[in-house]
Amino acid sequence: MTTKKKSAVDRDVLIGMYKQMSLFRRFEERVGLAYTRQKFSGFCHLHIGQEGLAVGVQSTLRDSDYMISGYRSHTQAIGKGIAPGAVMAELFGKVDGCCRGKGGSMHMFSKEHNFLGGHGIVGGQAPLAVGVGFAIRYRNQDNVIVCYMGDAATNQGQVFEVMNMAATWDLPVLFIVENNRYGMGTDITRTTSVDHLWKRALAFDMGHSDVDGMNVLTVHEHVTELVEKMRKDKKPHLLEALTYRYRGHSVSDPGTYRTKEEVEDYQKNRDPILGLARQLVDKKWATEEELKAWDNEAKEKVKEAEAFADASPQPALEELWDHVLVP
Amino acid sequence: MAIITFREALGQAISEEMTRDANVFLMGEEVGLYNGAYKVSKGLLDQFGSKRVWDAPISEAGFAGLGIGAAMVGLRPVIEFMTWNFGIQAFDQIVNHAAKMLYMSGGQFNMPIVFRGPNGAAHMLGAQHSQAYEAMITNIPGLKVVTCSTPYDGKGLLKSAIRDNNPVLFLESEMMYGMKGEVPEEEYLIPLGKGDIKREGTDVTFIAWNKALHKATEAAGALAKEGISVEVLDPRTLQPLDEELIFASVRKTHRVVIIEESWSFGSVGSQISDRIHKECFDELDAPVSRVTNEFVPMPYNEAQEERVLPNLDRIIAAAKEVLYIKG
Repeated sequence: MTTKKKSAVDRDVLIGMYKQMSLFRRFEERVGLAYTRQKFSGFCHLHIGQEGLAVGVQSTLRDSDYMISGYRSHTQAIGKGIAPGAVMAELFGKVDGCCRGKGGSMHMFSKEHNFLGGHGIVGGQAPLAVGVGFAIRYRNQDNVIVCYMGDAATNQGQVFEVMNMAATWDLPVLFIVENNRYGMGTDITRTTSVDHLWKRALAFDMGHSDVDGMNVLTVHEHVTELVEKMRKDKKPHLLEALTYRYRGHSVSDPGTYRTKEEVEDYQKNRDPILGLARQLVDKKWATEEELKAWDNEAKEKVKEAEAFADASPQPALEELWDHVLVP
Repeated sequence: MAIITFREALGQAISEEMTRDANVFLMGEEVGLYNGAYKVSKGLLDQFGSKRVWDAPISEAGFAGLGIGAAMVGLRPVIEFMTWNFGIQAFDQIVNHAAKMLYMSGGQFNMPIVFRGPNGAAHMLGAQHSQAYEAMITNIPGLKVVTCSTPYDGKGLLKSAIRDNNPVLFLESEMMYGMKGEVPEEEYLIPLGKGDIKREGTDVTFIAWNKALHKATEAAGALAKEGISVEVLDPRTLQPLDEELIFASVRKTHRVVIIEESWSFGSVGSQISDRIHKECFDELDAPVSRVTNEFVPMPYNEAQEERVLPNLDRIIAAAKEVLYIKG
């Protein structure tokens, strides 16, 4: 259950979260636009609507903590410290991309920032996360690893295998299920035996909870508690974050499996950015003008990122031979 | 030089490398308290303790992936599969994750990990426990594939594999663990990617590895009695392949038989044959001949199993075929 105690989060932190969510929203909008303008191709999964979770979780982590994710991870990568321009350049397949154009939309990586990908096999990142948790324990560190996965990943066999190992051996892995209700076009209730995905943890006698992923402050407060505890006891935890993506599974998805009204309801009534904006204005911590200005700042940053990506050269064709094996 | 068993030689390799580097750990089913299903890891739990020798649940995808994640952050896992037949449960992790991490991260995350275990048929274990996997795994860029046919080679190659910064798939054999051979007391390494001439000869080259090497050697002995001089070449590392050694032998004998415990379609042998025909066409006095498993799942029945595997009669017949000897 999420905590209800009074927030100790101050104005600067909240404003920082607002700015970061705006950046993530504007970044993904720009990515979608660049895709339709055929600046790049391949698969492209946008995170629009799910910013509250990304920012709320990120705000609880240290640089030395690790993060790993699935294929919807452009903005999580930025949150962990990769420059927006390097992510955009990666999308464009350019040499200044965070993987020199070898990864693409689904495979963002940064060793420097402990962002371990960007993985394209549903649930495949969970064993890797447990391996990092193993390494943390092996070295007696107090870091944690956040392992993002989608709702549908909770039906992958390897996820079960490693939740068992993490729980048996006390490995500090925070599994976060971003439950946006649809595994591609399939409503999760049509494929899943449990009504709440945190119940998957019951099979392993593992810590579990759920949180409103559309509320950045709630996420921040809840995950702060989880991470502080995990640094000490090293026990894994499964957090189900209830969230929603406004765009299709990928840019090519017309979204015929859900109603327009459902999407609009989230956009109007539960949007994480609008929600935080209301709070800031209610507390008189920000004016509408300031909010607008911060949003414009975000748009400017994204424009700069795109200009950086546009200007970045293509990698040399010969680079295709690099990085198969280390010498 | 000491005479020790294959399992002891492999165990020594792991023990020496664990002593040398605290980042090396061993994980697999029954490797600790049980001292290894085939006793390769005998004594290692006592020597290194439970922090470095881990008994895994029967979750091959899970613990292989755990190793890959740990390798991403600098540990050097040795992952034991009780047999490669179980290891294929982990093929998603090996093929989609270990083989591609360096490449898709643009060179950021190397993968110092060894996956090892017995490969190929033992004796009357039936269809699900008798397969050889080198054809499948050598087909994947980003993996090294190493085999061994003697205790000496096994130890020197495994030590190099553990020190390698790439994922190495290391193929052993249930039938060879008890085989004895000379192994030096002092430390030595055998470089990956280098084959070995096991028997010098002038009339025909046999190329074989792992358990099939011994059938090839036996056939070479039988042919010697008929006045036929066979050179026996063990490539040892199959990916990358020591093509120069192979071509040099072909230039010497001009006739080649490849003996392997794989199915014939698209095998390592067919790749070697292709390379020989391409690079040494003018040197050949006969088309390359291949002796492989028959293209059926492995039968349980003893006589049928013997008939499916490369046997002495078929190897000798193939040698006479390339020598144009009738009868």
